[in-house]
Amino acid sequence: MSERHDIFSAPVRADIDNWIAKYPPEQKQSAVMAALRIVQDANGGWLTMELMDAVADYLAMPKIAVYEVATFYSMYELKPVGRHKISVCTNISCMLSGSEQVVAHLQDRLGIRLGETTEDGRFTMKEVECLGACCGAPMFQIGRDYYENLTPEKIDKILDSLD
Amino acid sequence: MTTVNIEIDGKKLQVDSGSMVIEAADQAGIYIPRFCYHKKLSIAANCRMCLVQVEKAAKPLPACATPVTDGMKVHTRSPKAIDAQKGVMEFLLINHPLDCPVCDQGGECELQDLAVGFGKDVSFYSENKRVVKSKNLGPLVSTDMTRCIHCTRCVRFGEEIAGIRELGATGRGEHMEIGTYIEASMDSELSGNVIDLCPVGALTSKPFRFKARAWEMTQLDTVAPHDCIGSNLHVHVRNNQVMRVVPRENEAINETWISDRDRFSYEALNSQDRLTTPMIKVNGVWQATDWNTALENVVRNTRKIIDQDGAGQLGCLASPSATTEELYLAQQLLRGLGSNNIDHRLRQLDFSDEDLAPAFPGLGQSIAALETVDAALLIGSNIRKDQPIAAHRLRKAAMRDAAIMFVNPVNYDFHFPVAANVACAPDRMVAELGGIVKALLALTAGQAPPGLTGLLDNIETTPAHRSIAGHLNRAGKATVLMGNYAHAHPHFTQLRALAGVIASLSDAALGYLTEGANSAGAWPAGAVPHRSATGQAGMNAADMLRNPRKSYWLLGVEPELDCANAPVARAAMQAAEYVVALTLFRNASLEASCDVLLPIAAFAETSGTYVNAEGVWQSFAGAVKPVGDARPAWKVLRVLGNLFGIDGFDYMSSEEVLAKVRAQATGDQPDNRLLWRAPGAWATSKGDLIRIAEVPVYAVDSLVRYATSLQQTRDAANGAIYINSILATRFGLAQGMPAIARQGKEEVTLPVVIDNRLADNSVLIYAGIPGSVNLLSDLSPLTLHKA
Ligand code: SF4
Ligand code: FES
Ligand code: FES
Repeated sequence: MSERHDIFSAPVRADIDNWIAKYPPEQKQSAVMAALRIVQDANGGWLTMELMDAVADYLAMPKIAVYEVATFYSMYELKPVGRHKISVCTNISCMLSGSEQVVAHLQDRLGIRLGETTEDGRFTMKEVECLGACCGAPMFQIGRDYYENLTPEKIDKILDSLD
Repeated sequence: MTTVNIEIDGKKLQVDSGSMVIEAADQAGIYIPRFCYHKKLSIAANCRMCLVQVEKAAKPLPACATPVTDGMKVHTRSPKAIDAQKGVMEFLLINHPLDCPVCDQGGECELQDLAVGFGKDVSFYSENKRVVKSKNLGPLVSTDMTRCIHCTRCVRFGEEIAGIRELGATGRGEHMEIGTYIEASMDSELSGNVIDLCPVGALTSKPFRFKARAWEMTQLDTVAPHDCIGSNLHVHVRNNQVMRVVPRENEAINETWISDRDRFSYEALNSQDRLTTPMIKVNGVWQATDWNTALENVVRNTRKIIDQDGAGQLGCLASPSATTEELYLAQQLLRGLGSNNIDHRLRQLDFSDEDLAPAFPGLGQSIAALETVDAALLIGSNIRKDQPIAAHRLRKAAMRDAAIMFVNPVNYDFHFPVAANVACAPDRMVAELGGIVKALLALTAGQAPPGLTGLLDNIETTPAHRSIAGHLNRAGKATVLMGNYAHAHPHFTQLRALAGVIASLSDAALGYLTEGANSAGAWPAGAVPHRSATGQAGMNAADMLRNPRKSYWLLGVEPELDCANAPVARAAMQAAEYVVALTLFRNASLEASCDVLLPIAAFAETSGTYVNAEGVWQSFAGAVKPVGDARPAWKVLRVLGNLFGIDGFDYMSSEEVLAKVRAQATGDQPDNRLLWRAPGAWATSKGDLIRIAEVPVYAVDSLVRYATSLQQTRDAANGAIYINSILATRFGLAQGMPAIARQGKEEVTLPVVIDNRLADNSVLIYAGIPGSVNLLSDLSPLTLHKA
């Protein structure tokens, strides 16, 4: 077998092992989502092919099964992203409450379209499905934080506060 | 199993309580439309085409995922059911291109059929359809992924049947795509089955692409010509040409699957290299001629040799994939001329127990029974590539936690968990089996037969031996199988003797997985030198070549590629005065060694019978006429019999020949337990480098060797020197570097491939390919040198 998971640092490996321990030994692939998140965080917010293959090896699962997970969920990135990832919800509740304006305002202000990254590498903007915060629609997520009941003014203030 | 009473479309049925509505309907001949459901795959219930109305259920239910319950009343054609089915069809067609006129599936597309049967004329959908980039899955499977309806049959096939997950569904919702995600070929030896499974034209056959329409072809039956399983096939024929090959369902043999080798080897039938007319060599120059001249030439020259030097100078080497009828007539002819030198065991080197051998080498159990074993020990077998359908049965057993174990020269990749594995150099295999015997003796009350102790004294059992012995001993149902490599092993009889001891100590069935499609038919047909009506024994294949004869008849054989010890075979052909080849192809090697080339009918061109490893006799008719002037070999041999004036050659049909073999074979029951006989001396390893002369999956016979698409796959034979990294370091060799492998005065120069599946002291150089014909396949010590 190849030793590709050597590309994981010791803390990353410890973190993944921690998750593996939560499941029965013959079901360690249950840790795939956590493992992908951990290696993505350790890699500046995105997953390389090499990293996904290493996760597959580490969890003894087919590579394609890891690609399936990584391409299904919008929290995994398969291309480099900016320092701040703005995930704008455009699903039904947010759409009815004006997510189109949110997107339009972000596009004007940042000069990028959905799925793109600003040239200075600060912001990436992407469209996501319902994040379960419909009561605060329209909303987006930056990093780990939710921002709700967005207006253009509020958006400006949020963006100004980020480095 | 308990049964329940249900009613489908007013028809009262009694069905097994565990079944789904769709299974009950299928059994009763009531058709429910479906895409994702397939009886051999797990239930995904993702296409929703099978919606039916069930009384007392609020909504339509998917028939494939709804278990039957007592008193259930199902309507498959009620207005509510039809409405649901039409709705699903409309959704499915949203993103499906309307490109049936340029789609290869047209005319045999489940979506097309169901759209006609269950679709509406108009759709509410007026937005753009999505487009998905097609993937390159290699030389066998062609893709048009825009047509995919996401039934995931192909994905489940990979996971559940092929045992390698190559395809998957990446992306989400509208962006979901079926593919390998990164560019990768499908390398499963069963990959072609996804072509049959895909209900639409997303996955189609690459070699067959754009060649013919389903309705232009006639479907005929035949039997696969490459391995001892005898998968049942349909050939699809147009204008007397085989256009493609697909499986014919036979639950007892191949279920609904066939190997890629059986599916795509038909390409060779239409090869440019087919021999289409008889040829004779006149003063060193090849001339096309007619059958009369060619056969008279054969009779005249053969007679001359017999008159001058005796019939013992005549030898016949026959392909183990020749039909039973061909093999019978070949031996009848030869024996009629006074020679018993006939053999089909072309790669075998050790024949010393043949007097004890069973009536024919068989599996000792049914093919289907392989999936019910609790433990299996395979000796010298790459079963996954050599007999893919048998491997699938074993895989099913392994998935039920059966212990599948190997003693092999290579640590092969299997598509199921391997419970214990011994990978060792070829000259260590005898000792490794001895270790297993010793471990079994320690576990059981069994006795070692006399003569065995000499071997066992010097053997230390290892944890692997004890693990194998333990699994076999514990198993309720166990089997020991000897594979292709074991048969070709220079100490085959010692391996067989030990396998027999292991089988009797562990109460396991002993079975043989043999080369070619018809080894099991060759024995009752008499295509072995020691089974003649007169009791006289002739020379076996290896003897005939080691002690060159003046004249050879080759039946579907290319000596350098099909026989053990290629250089010996070549030398014998060169030394011979007169060589006749009944052959499918013409090539430089045959032209150099032969004096007459007679074109014979290939697979699908001739009638005949194959006997599979289970002992099932399967007869087939010719599906197409042979190319050019080629003739079925049984007819050629019959005419030769008449021209030689031998009695008993007045057959009118191949069935009459078969009847003759059948009459002699009645009562033949394979008893694989040989009488014990200790060899003179047990083989021991001297620590030399030994060549592993494995025959790769797409080099086993001339038909596959000429099948162009198979030759482009990753399994196609590679002329290379495979060694593990320890050996590479020892000899200062690296990946890709040319190296010389030398045995005495024979040598080859080939690139090095580092392969850590190999044990120490072994060098894998594939046999059956032109690049290795200068090497022996016995235990001759081999040396490696930098080129
Ligand atoms: S490629 Fe064919 S078999 Fe595979 S999911 Fe698509 S439609 Fe189904
Ligand atoms: S629709 Fe936007 S959070 Fe639910
Ligand atoms: S066949 Fe039942 S849901 Fe697909």
